[in-house]
Amino acid sequence: MAEDAILGYLAVAEEIPDSGQFASQHGLHHNDVVNVIKSLHGFRYIDAQDIKRESWVLTDEGKKYAADGSPEVQLFLAVPQEGSISKDELQKKLEPSVFKIGCSQAGKNKWVDMGKQVSRKVQHVEDKVKDLLIRVQNVEEIGKDDVNSLKARKLIVAQTWKGYSVRKGPNYAPKRKKVATDLTRENLQRADWKELEFKEYNFNAKGPPAESGHLHPLLKVKQQLKNIFLQMGFEEMPTNNFVESSFWNFDALFQPQQHPARDSHDTFFLEAPSTTRELPEDYVELVKCVHESGGYGSRGYMYDWKREEANKNLLRTHTTAVSTRMLYALAKQPFAPKRYFSIDRVFRNESVDRTHLAEFHQIEGLVCDRGLTLGDLIGVLNDFFSRLGMSKLRFKPAYNPYTEPSMEIFSYHEGLKKWVEIGNSGMFRPEMLLPMGFPEDVRVIAWGLSLERPTMILYGIDNIRDLFGHKVDLSLIKRNPICRLGIN
Amino acid sequence: MPTVSVGRDRLFAALGRSYTQEEFDELCFSFGIELDDVTTEKAIISKEKHLEEDKPSADDEIIYKIEIPANRYDLLSLEGLAEALRVFNGEKKIRYTVALIPKESMLKMHVKKETSLIRPFVVCAVLRGITFDEASYNSFIDLQDKLHQNICRKRTLAAIGTHDLDTLQGPFTYEALPPTDINFIPLKQVKNFRADELMEFYKSDEKLTKFLHIIENSSVFPVIYDSNRTVLSLPPIINGAHSAITLKTKNVFIECTATDLTKAKIVLNTMVTTFSIYCERKFEVEPVEVISFDGNSSVYPDLSEYTMEVPLSYITGSIGVPLEVDEVTNLLKRMQLNAEKAGSGASNISVSVPPTRSDILHPCDVMEDVAIAYGYNNIPKRKLSSLRPLPLNQLSDLIRSEISMNGFTEVLTWILCSKKEIFEMLNRKDDKSTAVIIGNPRSSDFEVVRTSLMPGMLKTVGHNKDHPKPIKIYEVGDVVLLDDTKDVGATNRRLLAALYCGANSGFELIHSLVDRIMEVMGTPFVSIGDKSGYYIELSEEPEFLLGRQAKIIYKGSRIGTFGIVHPEVLNNFGIPDPCSFLELNIESFL
Repeated sequence: MAEDAILGYLAVAEEIPDSGQFASQHGLHHNDVVNVIKSLHGFRYIDAQDIKRESWVLTDEGKKYAADGSPEVQLFLAVPQEGSISKDELQKKLEPSVFKIGCSQAGKNKWVDMGKQVSRKVQHVEDKVKDLLIRVQNVEEIGKDDVNSLKARKLIVAQTWKGYSVRKGPNYAPKRKKVATDLTRENLQRADWKELEFKEYNFNAKGPPAESGHLHPLLKVKQQLKNIFLQMGFEEMPTNNFVESSFWNFDALFQPQQHPARDSHDTFFLEAPSTTRELPEDYVELVKCVHESGGYGSRGYMYDWKREEANKNLLRTHTTAVSTRMLYALAKQPFAPKRYFSIDRVFRNESVDRTHLAEFHQIEGLVCDRGLTLGDLIGVLNDFFSRLGMSKLRFKPAYNPYTEPSMEIFSYHEGLKKWVEIGNSGMFRPEMLLPMGFPEDVRVIAWGLSLERPTMILYGIDNIRDLFGHKVDLSLIKRNPICRLGIN
Repeated sequence: MPTVSVGRDRLFAALGRSYTQEEFDELCFSFGIELDDVTTEKAIISKEKHLEEDKPSADDEIIYKIEIPANRYDLLSLEGLAEALRVFNGEKKIRYTVALIPKESMLKMHVKKETSLIRPFVVCAVLRGITFDEASYNSFIDLQDKLHQNICRKRTLAAIGTHDLDTLQGPFTYEALPPTDINFIPLKQVKNFRADELMEFYKSDEKLTKFLHIIENSSVFPVIYDSNRTVLSLPPIINGAHSAITLKTKNVFIECTATDLTKAKIVLNTMVTTFSIYCERKFEVEPVEVISFDGNSSVYPDLSEYTMEVPLSYITGSIGVPLEVDEVTNLLKRMQLNAEKAGSGASNISVSVPPTRSDILHPCDVMEDVAIAYGYNNIPKRKLSSLRPLPLNQLSDLIRSEISMNGFTEVLTWILCSKKEIFEMLNRKDDKSTAVIIGNPRSSDFEVVRTSLMPGMLKTVGHNKDHPKPIKIYEVGDVVLLDDTKDVGATNRRLLAALYCGANSGFELIHSLVDRIMEVMGTPFVSIGDKSGYYIELSEEPEFLLGRQAKIIYKGSRIGTFGIVHPEVLNNFGIPDPCSFLELNIESFL
């Protein structure tokens, strides 16, 4: 109603100067008119300018008198035309407040004689106060003196009146289009989509969060690494065996039994099952010999090798235990070169902190072939790490009981502007390979690194517990980008 | 990895030159040790006591903490480290000798049978005419500590006792006696203890309590006496106070008891070779005869060089660098290994392994030393055969799985379509600048090569009217555009398209998908005009509804558009339900 009136009026007139007047002229409530103006202004059909006016409104008391008449008139009418009425009697006829105010005002106006007995002084009075109040109620002008007297009697109070002046807006149309937040099937069915007007969409904010599933960042990186190994011609080793014997984890790798890594400080030994049930006896004998007295050109470690130590079960401390089993099996066949890899869980008896966990993932790659050289190792490491975006490598001599030579791998970190260690590598010792039965010219080059460290660098995580385990923040898992290792 | 702390200035003095920290770092790196930390004595003490660190003053001695490979016991002291680095730098190596003394005048150590019950081996030697200063004395104590921690496996395998020989009277006996029979004043104490009481006493000693378990439960304790029944030591726990060495000690008697004889020999050799530099007759060690209860006699230390023959071909074949014999021998000299051509003819190298290099077990250890001296980083790399995947296809696959995880189903539509489908039906005009036109189409379905994935997606929805709504589908595939820069005049472009169709347009859902794609590409949402990420701006494309469509700006370039599909377009494809559609170029992410 109000909307049609406004838009219709503006179709012919330049301006609605005052919404209040407009409302009363069109028999509309000003409130309704204001609401429509606000809405039309929002959609820029119209331009609205604020206007303010002081006006008077009736107090509750004023409203009462406007309806029932002023107290003085009520009192006057309660006094009989002839004779008189006792004051007590009069009081009973009127409300206490009306009586009180009526007495004083009627007295002041000299309408009645106020004594023990009350009688009229005049026979006819006009209720001017009531008339004034009704005029205020109707937003009609009244005289300044009248305003003051009504104000003094607290029958009216000042109020700021707000309204608008209105002109056509940039989107003016004589009829408003339908406002929609979305295109619906109904709009298509009714074919009213042409009339639809869309509320402005905020492209400066993101859309609502997407409903989605997410892969764990560590496993995303693992998948990419797996692809890299496959592209490099490496075959995956079965690593689904966490429980291992000391023999396969250490002894077969020519790691002496007194080696610190075999301390309970570093390795989880098992209470149940505490020992391995069997080992390949003839091979065990060869391993024992090479530890104790060498052979194959080696002096050996020259100590008493103990079978009980080899039998002790543990949670594998490295996936090289699996590599050892794989190489042992390979050596039993007529020789064929192999490239193996694995990425799986290993366990260390370490206290957990920002950079250490009791379990983590080891990435391992190895190449077994005749006549491999350190040049091949350096070459394969360059190939592998350049796929991870690390093409500036250098190598530091290092010590590892089962590889000789051993090389620590360092990569130049552009962000940190320094060389950081990224992994370890080497050539398996002849004391490890020859007892397995490999021909003498077969060499194995291998390297390893943790999956966690490159992932942390990649995703900018500095506490390993934020990445892996139950203390992770799920939103971190959700936020992570895809792993693009091996793509560039 | 063990770490040794050495005074920088003393180390440089021993090396005969000084280095900047970077230079020294490089030297360490190429030799295979690591400069772990640079600190001062003061800083170490404040750290231990958790005190506020004082500002280091200029006259504080700088300490280098250096990480040593676990099998190089000879590097566990400043003296040994300096010797190895000196030789690595090309200086002449030291040759250690055992003093030639007739057996009769040698000091003797008699081993009693009972020792086999608890700790059967002992080896001994004497350093004569030694001159300690404070630094060398501290180094002497430190090295024992380091050896105890490392090769001695916390004194279980071997333990060292060092004594002022002038306070003692040989011959010595190594015995194993019931604890109650052993009485002496231990080091740092003034009172006499019985061995069993002493064990009780040390239970509260923070340092020694760790070692008690080694003999505690034995019925006999190992003990060394001189000929006056003075207790030298109760190995592996404590020495006697009587023979304690001091800065003034001139002649040092070293004994090393063990359960592992090989380790004991290595430990003794390490001690005597390292500190023979301070002897009156430099690098000479006085031997001690150890006589077993069964009459077998051995003289220690054994400083003889062990000879190993290594074929040149093994070395060069393993490293992958062609080297001549004399090149190899020169490289080995820098690793403290004397080497020469073995015999005549065959190119074998005869390597003399000094007593300091117990880590050399096999020719592979020699080969490694050649490689280190040659420089790992000078070895030319050889590339094994391998494949490189196509980045675009790898990226496409990763994006495909991400979008699937967002609940969208993949479709695979035709490359070929009708001209109408890519122009009129999308409210577009053909300006002849985009589409490849087929000259001899069999039917109108094969007139052009698609320039957008949109027609295929819309046709799919149009043919699936009865499929429950909403429909969420996507496709990652190629379109072809005319391109003057290409020899053939056209080029493929890899696009991603996604579509939602339901009772509502699903516009916000497609907007969310845009955000998610950008998130998985690791791209931040930025404000308009910022080229470091992506933002979205209102667009005006005819195939979308006005006001409900936007372009995606990634690193300053427009890579795609999304919006509510124009109802006329929907109508053209016979789709009764509203759809929102996204299309973007994923090549821009490479």
